[in-house]
Amino acid sequence: MIKFGVILFHTNTSAMQAEAVLVRANKEIKLIPTPRELSSDCGISLRFDWNLKSEVEAHLVRAKVDFAAIHPMQDNLQTQQ
Amino acid sequence: MIYLDYAATSWPKPKEVGRAMSDFMEFSGGNPGRSGHRLSISAARIVFNTRQAVADLFHAPDPLRVIFTANVTHALNLALCGILKPGDHVVTSSIEHNSVMRPLRALEKDGIRLTVVQCNKDGCLDLDAWRAAVTPGTRLVVVTHASNVMGTVLPIKEIAGIAHQAGALLLVDSAQTAGVIPIDQPTMGIDLLAFTGHKGLYGPTGTGGLVIGEGVDTSQMRPIVRGGTGSRSEYEEQPDLLPDKYESGTVNSVGIAGLGAGVRWVQSIGVESIRAREAELNELFLSGLHNIRGITVYGPQNPEERTAVVSCRIAGHNVSEVGLRLDDEFGILCRVGLHCAPSAHKTIGTFPEGTIRLAPGIFTSPEDIRTVIAAFEKAANPHD
Repeated sequence: MIKFGVILFHTNTSAMQAEAVLVRANKEIKLIPTPRELSSDCGISLRFDWNLKSEVEAHLVRAKVDFAAIHPMQDNLQTQQ
Repeated sequence: MIYLDYAATSWPKPKEVGRAMSDFMEFSGGNPGRSGHRLSISAARIVFNTRQAVADLFHAPDPLRVIFTANVTHALNLALCGILKPGDHVVTSSIEHNSVMRPLRALEKDGIRLTVVQCNKDGCLDLDAWRAAVTPGTRLVVVTHASNVMGTVLPIKEIAGIAHQAGALLLVDSAQTAGVIPIDQPTMGIDLLAFTGHKGLYGPTGTGGLVIGEGVDTSQMRPIVRGGTGSRSEYEEQPDLLPDKYESGTVNSVGIAGLGAGVRWVQSIGVESIRAREAELNELFLSGLHNIRGITVYGPQNPEERTAVVSCRIAGHNVSEVGLRLDDEFGILCRVGLHCAPSAHKTIGTFPEGTIRLAPGIFTSPEDIRTVIAAFEKAANPHD
């Protein structure tokens, strides 16, 4: 079962911006080191509840936060193969 | 002691600034944007919060276009050296600080064409002369928002209109105005806004930055320093991403923590209120000094056209002698000489000796100003 998703960013600044936007929207999220198996520009990613994917994505789009990709995760750090 | 050197750096700093820096050292000392552990993330969050606070202060829509630099000089160099190429035409005013003049004179040797438009004796710009200098081939226009010597404020909106009509970008040096005069970057038409953290924003030295407007194509602006950014680490080429493209190497995170506290403190008072308060001090200063025999005050009389920075001279006394007496006998701390702006002093006719510059700030009281005027009366006319 997919519990979490992970958002990848091009820059650390965008990750911080995303965190600020989602915290303001009362979403439970956590900044984590980017899982190495996912190719990414930036060492920090944002983990979120996969059930809230469309909501989270909408918040970021609305706030014009630049992000690289959204991936599902099977547990806290392992991504789904 | 009366500190009147805010134009060089503000002092004292609000206690919130020192506390933010001390807290950063104690609780958030990781490298922002490099690692994924809690101390690194905490540091990155503080750096981002300052970036957002700076963007909000200048009404800039995108915090990613706020680039942190070591100071305003570094920011001005980034804009000038990053954008200009041999053959480009640049227009500037004759009241610029050497932080603009020196990079421009060096770039001139590399082949840029430079036009310096002469300001009048008060440092005010003749907009007709300015209009004639900015041509359709002009690449960049660079001006100070306000003179660091005599406080003259330049009409940025009009300058922006003329620059944009010719297809040129506008770079503004806000060293003397950020936190002192309200700045709305998009509305005023400022394409590149260079600011310092340690003057009107009440942050620590070693902080400043460049706010890049939406109209600037950053693919056409080279970085002046390249290196690690924490992003695109698999490549040996500099990334094109903002702010990383222009922020190689670890930023001054503890300084930026202090800057954030300074900006929030300034915002809590309100730049409009600061401007009004400084205008009152300025009026007291100007009227007091004008009544003293032997004192010449430089710069415009109209408070709308100036900041609170006052430059003056006492007939028959050299400025360094007066500066030393003010410090030793009266405990008044100011800066005398050329203020790193020889061109501005040539413009107002005070080169090469310079002036006595009195620059009050938020912690200066009307009583301080009255004490300073009394000291000038004694210094100018000791036998009265």
